[in-house]
Amino acid sequence: MSQTDSRTTPFDTLLVANRGEIACRVMRTARAMGLRTVAVYSDADANARHVREADEAVRLGPAAARESYLKVEAVVEAAKRTGAGAIHPGYGFLSENGAFVEALDAAGITFVGPPASAIAAMGDKSAAKARMANAGVPLVPGYHGDDQDDALLRREADNIGYPVLLKASAGGGGKGMRVVESGENFQAALDGCRRESQAAFGDTRMLIEKYLTQPRHVEVQVFCDSHGNGVYLFERDCSVQRRHQKVLEEAPAPGMTAELRREMGDAAVRAAKEIGYVGAGTVEFLLDFSQGQDGSFYFMEMNTRLQVEHPVTEMITGQDLVEWQLRVAMGEPLPLQQDELTITGHSFEARLYAEDPEQDFLPATGTLTRFAMDLKGAGLDPRQVRLDSGVETGDVVSMHYDPMLAKLIVHGDDRDQALATLNRALAALDVQGVVTNRAFLQRLATHPAFKACELDTRFIEKNEATLFAPKQYGIEEYAGAALIGLNQLARECESDSPWDRHDGFRLNAPHTIRISLCDPAHVQDDETSENVVIVEGTRASGADPWDLTIGGETLTARLQHLEGDAVAVTLNGHRRRLQARRDGNVVVMVDPRGETRLFWRRIDAIDHGHHEAESTLTAPMHGTVVALLVEAGQKVEKGMPLMVMEAMKMEHTMTAPADGHVESFHFNAGDTVGQGDVLLEFAPAE
Amino acid sequence: MAILTTQVNPRSDGFQANEKAMRHEVMKLRELTAAISQGGGEKARARHESRGKLFVRDRIDHLIDEGSPFLEFSALAAHEVYESDVPAAGMVTGIGRVSGVECVIVANDATVKGGTYYPLTVKKHIRAQEIARKHRLPCIYLVDSGGAFLPRQDEVFPDRDHFGRIFYNQATLSAEGIPQIAVVMGSCTAGGAYVPAMADESIIVKQQGTIFLGGPPLVKAATGESISAEDLGGADVHAKVSGVADHYAENDAHALQLARGCVSRLNWQKRGQLKMQEPKPPKLDPSELYGIVGTDLKKPFDVREVIGRIVDDSDFDEFKRYYGDTLVTGFAHIHGYPVGIVANNGVLFSESAVKGAHFIELCAQRKIPLVFLQNITGFMVGSKYEHEGIAKHGAKLVTAVACAKVPKFTVLIGGSFGAGNYGMCGRAYDPNLLFMWPNARISVMGGEQAAGVLAQVKREQYEREGREWSKEDEEAFKQPTREQYERQGHPYYASARLWDDGVIDPAQTRDVLGLSLAAAMNAEVQETKFGVFRM
Repeated sequence: MSQTDSRTTPFDTLLVANRGEIACRVMRTARAMGLRTVAVYSDADANARHVREADEAVRLGPAAARESYLKVEAVVEAAKRTGAGAIHPGYGFLSENGAFVEALDAAGITFVGPPASAIAAMGDKSAAKARMANAGVPLVPGYHGDDQDDALLRREADNIGYPVLLKASAGGGGKGMRVVESGENFQAALDGCRRESQAAFGDTRMLIEKYLTQPRHVEVQVFCDSHGNGVYLFERDCSVQRRHQKVLEEAPAPGMTAELRREMGDAAVRAAKEIGYVGAGTVEFLLDFSQGQDGSFYFMEMNTRLQVEHPVTEMITGQDLVEWQLRVAMGEPLPLQQDELTITGHSFEARLYAEDPEQDFLPATGTLTRFAMDLKGAGLDPRQVRLDSGVETGDVVSMHYDPMLAKLIVHGDDRDQALATLNRALAALDVQGVVTNRAFLQRLATHPAFKACELDTRFIEKNEATLFAPKQYGIEEYAGAALIGLNQLARECESDSPWDRHDGFRLNAPHTIRISLCDPAHVQDDETSENVVIVEGTRASGADPWDLTIGGETLTARLQHLEGDAVAVTLNGHRRRLQARRDGNVVVMVDPRGETRLFWRRIDAIDHGHHEAESTLTAPMHGTVVALLVEAGQKVEKGMPLMVMEAMKMEHTMTAPADGHVESFHFNAGDTVGQGDVLLEFAPAE
Repeated sequence: MAILTTQVNPRSDGFQANEKAMRHEVMKLRELTAAISQGGGEKARARHESRGKLFVRDRIDHLIDEGSPFLEFSALAAHEVYESDVPAAGMVTGIGRVSGVECVIVANDATVKGGTYYPLTVKKHIRAQEIARKHRLPCIYLVDSGGAFLPRQDEVFPDRDHFGRIFYNQATLSAEGIPQIAVVMGSCTAGGAYVPAMADESIIVKQQGTIFLGGPPLVKAATGESISAEDLGGADVHAKVSGVADHYAENDAHALQLARGCVSRLNWQKRGQLKMQEPKPPKLDPSELYGIVGTDLKKPFDVREVIGRIVDDSDFDEFKRYYGDTLVTGFAHIHGYPVGIVANNGVLFSESAVKGAHFIELCAQRKIPLVFLQNITGFMVGSKYEHEGIAKHGAKLVTAVACAKVPKFTVLIGGSFGAGNYGMCGRAYDPNLLFMWPNARISVMGGEQAAGVLAQVKREQYEREGREWSKEDEEAFKQPTREQYERQGHPYYASARLWDDGVIDPAQTRDVLGLSLAAAMNAEVQETKFGVFRM
């Protein structure tokens, strides 16, 4: 193991070659250690939070990552300009780029991470597996040999133990791949695979691997210093993934025994030492707890960087891994020895992405009109909840980078307690303006299978039916949303004048307001649609509770505003505390049981005649005009589509309210419209 | 910051009894209001609507901004006054917001006696115009009336504040820059024809609205000409030929949309300038007002308990807390508007009167609107008080109240008797608006006192004549006076005669005052010049 001098040179200025939450998180520790911090940024991030928080910041280039955050020369130049003695790469971008490490070595700048040789050793996956086998790190049992004799393959399969996976060596895309449950079926499966492989790839060579029916993704955090010391900081379970992207992580891994933990930890340290590792690294294993398996584990790969999910390890060990990284980079020995490390309690991390789980996790963009977490309102202990965020209210989420906005990390005495805290904290997280997976995370965290530790990497696929099931709301949800809507009418003012209220105030008379409620997807449906629920609210005066009538049932309802967004909804004496938020005319109610989103509008009891015809041609919510379907002046019949707009990722068609013609359109395709904007002027035929 | 706290125990027997009694009164008021709001009844309404016309209250709903408040005045007008029922005196008036502008709406109800003007209908119409003048609010007249109620022409036509005053007001309001908009939705006959003709802008509904000085029967009688109402003065005539109307509407709903359009083009700016605060609901629960006040005027309550349930955040900065403490004065906000509050907390003494005058001077100088909460039996009597000059001290308060030019709002929350009514800005002192709670009573003195005074006079007469007057006879003598005072002092009796602008549910007081203050801010707050204070 050779070290260049630059590795052990102390430094007083740290450049963080990253963005978002990790840049903020690294700088936080660096500042606490008395280091000057330097951020780098692309044009898209000129005013990003990590830039605002740094002591200095240097522009790298245009928004595209390859022209900014991935540009080695620009980063090195930025370090030289600011006198940064070391660079922390964060994760992603240049964190596992050997050429970058070599460039830093050449420039005499300390890389906070492993030597280039270690990165290279783990970069080549098959070579890495061979080295791991040498070091006695268990690999998934399999046969990768050239001898393709049927009997030999059968013997190998028998040795591995069923079920096994038969895979075409040249394969891909699921072709020529079969799971074989038992020896009797082996020959038939082999024949089938070969036929498919021949047809697809013109090649019949097969490989065999043990098939893990319920594999869990369990990884071990290792740390090595430049003095030959290595420790493991226990494991993390990252089984809940979607499209190989981790979503929920926890530490320690459920079901782990002390013996298995030690075995895996030792194997991980062996793996790191085998390649001369220095700094923070993660050794990923597949762990098989299925069908009587007592926890066989197999090496997958090693990540030669600080992981996104490192905070769960910090929460259970009480250590600051970035501090460890920086100390190791300064040439100090590891702060603690193996026997000084212990696990306290349980920790979860949930990754908040700007994406729409209902739209196949499509990344979302926009301006964060609100990004806050009301810990006090949710009754949470700030010591148990940590929000690592790269954004604040007002920040813009662009399409240029990873859509992860923040990580919510919680700690509890045990798994159940930590999970309950996670759920409460997710409910307290208030993100507006950009679609996120917040509610989806809450559904995950409250899912019975997750609570019962039925973990595996296919968790989301397996539970798709319940994780994505269309939400069926009950009378309480409708009543709650209606109450918030009614209250909004009473409070909503463009000014402070009480005349601006819309609660239908009348002297000495109860006022009645009718409200329609529906899922935001059905915003265009009219009152008669089965997707729309009508609520009639009546109250005698502002001091009285509302009587809400829904489908023949009447509830006495009272709303109380608590601190922040928190409200108390009392229905027939049953009081519920929840977070009430608004997104235009969508009421969002969040409590630890989940999220309710309902679009509401006031239904006027009276027919507004001519006015009505015009009023339907306003934008039902904030959105974008997709297309104009007729020309101004063109004669149209009642019900003919006039214009299409997109809002809440749904298309809404504006139709002619009567026979007549469009006098003028107020917007063109592509224009953004606000809720209530008049979209077009319509002239009904005389 | 001085947040009021409460000493009230909502579980006490007294509170519960008060609450029950007041709730009963409020329920009665709501029922009466609901009955009155049906206008001339189902049959008349069905006939009205069968002609394609909207009911008067539906017209108002169409006219005002969707879902916005409507602050109705004198719904109880003419209640039990005439030999037959004339609900709301056949006219709905109030302040409503139209195209974002607070307007006074005066709307005839043709389902009540054909919308004809009884004496109290005239009074109600003129009162609405006065409110418009005082608050500087545009007027919208929804006209559908057969004109004066002829059998009572002597009470409707000749005097200063009779029918002619309506048009006088239209002219002078317009002269002050207060827009006058008329929507002709039915007949406008004879004098009524001047409502659209005197308006700045007028709208007429096809096949419904007619305007003429003399209707077809009169024309026939006078000239022998036979002509239909439509051909004589319908929409086509006035919008296309005579120019009496400016806008032509297809139907009621269209006409009201056109009226909204007229208001939207007024280029209206509010002129009042008050330093606002963010509105906050009271910290104390307004629904507890019932249990605090009750309906028995003899049971005292601390008026601060009332104030704390009306003002923003229950925050009340009291002025001269420990001086003349039967009058409570102080600064607060209602719906964000700063107000000075003058509230009775017992009989008025010289100190309380002087303190009230001082406080009103402060508000007038600072241009802060005044809110009077009346619960007053009167000024203290007796030699001690006469000798210290309670008459001149009371006069100071009356002078201050009379002269103060800031917006003044009065709510009778209990008794309103004698000179106390004057010192606390009764009707004669021209408050912008005056409302009564259903438990309130108003008369020159209490029924018991009046009966006592009359009995005393009678007894002296008996004694002069050397006659005996038995206790029983005296009691029998007093009883009719008591009954008369109770009947005439009742809020319904008062409101029926427009001695106030309406009887209100105590729980709505805060909203009523907030709406009133906001409406008053259409006008500039004027400088005050006080008269001579007798020192």
